[in-house]
Amino acid sequence: MSRADIRPAPTAVSTEPWESTVEHAAVALAGARLAYGDRVLWDGLDLDVAPGEFVAVLGPNGSGKTSLMRVLLGLQKLSAGTIRVAGAAPGKGNRAIGYIPQQRAIDPTVAVRGRDLVGLGYDGHRWGLGLAGMRARRQRVDAVLAAVGATGFADRPVGLLSGGEQQRLRVAQALVGEPRVLLCDEPLLSLDLAHQRAVSTLIDRHRRETGSAVLFVTHEINPVLPLVDRVVYLVDGRFRVGTPEQVMTSETLSELYRTDVSVVRVRGQIHVVGAHGQLGDLCENGAHHPPHQDTVDH
Amino acid sequence: MDKLFDIDLTLRLLSLPFVTTALIVAAVLGLLAGVLGPLIVSRNMAFSVHGTSELALTGGAAALLLGWDVGNGALAGAIVAALVLGLLSRRSADYDSVIGVVLAFGLGLGVLMLWLYKGRAANKFGLLTGQIVGQDFASVALLSGCAVVVLGLLAALYRPLLFAGVDPEVARARGVPTTALALVFAVMVGAATALGVRTVGSLLVLALMVTPAAAACRITASPLKATLLAVLFAEVAAVGGIVLSLAPGAPVSAFVTALSFLIYLVCWAISRTRRGSLTRA
Ligand SMILES: Nc1ncnc2c1ncn2[C@@H]1O[C@H](COP(=O)(O)OP(=O)(O)OP(=O)(O)O)[C@@H](O)[C@H]1O
Ligand SMILES: [Mg+2]
Repeated sequence: MSRADIRPAPTAVSTEPWESTVEHAAVALAGARLAYGDRVLWDGLDLDVAPGEFVAVLGPNGSGKTSLMRVLLGLQKLSAGTIRVAGAAPGKGNRAIGYIPQQRAIDPTVAVRGRDLVGLGYDGHRWGLGLAGMRARRQRVDAVLAAVGATGFADRPVGLLSGGEQQRLRVAQALVGEPRVLLCDEPLLSLDLAHQRAVSTLIDRHRRETGSAVLFVTHEINPVLPLVDRVVYLVDGRFRVGTPEQVMTSETLSELYRTDVSVVRVRGQIHVVGAHGQLGDLCENGAHHPPHQDTVDH
Repeated sequence: MDKLFDIDLTLRLLSLPFVTTALIVAAVLGLLAGVLGPLIVSRNMAFSVHGTSELALTGGAAALLLGWDVGNGALAGAIVAALVLGLLSRRSADYDSVIGVVLAFGLGLGVLMLWLYKGRAANKFGLLTGQIVGQDFASVALLSGCAVVVLGLLAALYRPLLFAGVDPEVARARGVPTTALALVFAVMVGAATALGVRTVGSLLVLALMVTPAAAACRITASPLKATLLAVLFAEVAAVGGIVLSLAPGAPVSAFVTALSFLIYLVCWAISRTRRGSLTRA
């Protein structure tokens, strides 16, 4: 089990927005261990995420990325270690957290409109009917719907929308409450390239404007590579934390995957190539380098 | 057959005090059912409401046998049932089958207790088809009291209830206590169901609790509009059912179910013809 935690030097010269408020970590994990029975997903995980920081969480299927989100939400208890989220114990500060769940199609029988789903992200956790704040709510919801390009289908029942349309509503729902911590579990899934770009730009703008920390689970780092401050890479109980330059190297990934892995940078994109063409086993059907990515340069 | 639409007779009967009482009861019940209905439908709880209403019957039968007040027995039965069903996770694969199992057993018990009961047969029949005419002041007061409590709770809990119903995963992530809410909602539904059992009868509670809301959800996806329409539909079915039943002196439940079914058919037809166009707001 590797516990090496490669962090950026705290004195590194940077103009990143979180520098000024670094004393209040948005997420603080120390010595965190998660095990289901005797299956250990990760152990000894130390991770402080500063406000405004963008952290990509990578790793193959079953490596414990969603479980990490569940831990941060207080839905799953750590086996060991300590954790603070948005300045509170997990599960206590959840109103400051925006959450985009790993895509599961919304039940087609759910007969509410897209704007209702987004509105629930705004004030669905509050008691009362909320009649007084209706106006402000509507304006805010309309603005966020426009930002994700969902205005055109916001009045249709969510159950009937396409996967990508639902996903954009999910993004709007998570952003509408102006969270201090944004947990995104594969938010780019089933989005076309234009919308991948739109959604990641939106999330980036949100964290720059509000100083929200972002934990971004993804199988495909390239669409968000320019935004990523640090990477948490989980593989089979081992992990690495560091900047993309530190983690996304042939040496580090070979160590994590315990096999020969080459990392190639082409036109500002990262391509992971496994030995003997075993890419599918290594990183999620070759997720960092689908063939079409080679020719699409956006 | 001409008795069915005897307007003079209907008007004469409408002025009788016990009919007025029945209309008040129906109006309160329609309001309750209409407001709860869309939340029941959005939670896919129709079968659970059915189960609750049948178990209200069991509670009523037990009360009858023990010489207690039938209404209180039904209320107790429905709330116990609602709690048991509310504790089950409605996402779990065997949710429906567990309701079926509990319901069959509860009904069996009810039948046994009705058989053991040696009193008036009309008392038994009333549990099945309701006895809206002949409600005394105490039961009207009980109904109104329950209605006020349920409506007050609903106003306080509406947004989290809707959130937990349509989007449980994110609701939980945002700190909404979904499990506790599911229980509270189940009890609210149980209380409303038990009151419905006394008026339209246990077999027909679905006609008020589910059908109007299901009809409303066919023609709108807006929670507010769905609630307003469901209340309207439930009132038409409940109050209209009573008025229509007066002249022929037929069971109220036959008319209530017929009206609500008719409304559902119309809404279904509307949603079918609209399917070409995409807006359903
Ligand atoms: N409640 C649980 N009890 C037991 N095992 C669990 C539980 N939840 C998840 N697991 C297991 O833990 C592992 C990690 O699951 P997790 O959902 O975190 O993976 P992931 O990294 O998000 O994968 P994917 O890329 O497929 O989404 C899986 O093998 C899963 O089967
Ligand atoms: Mg996952």
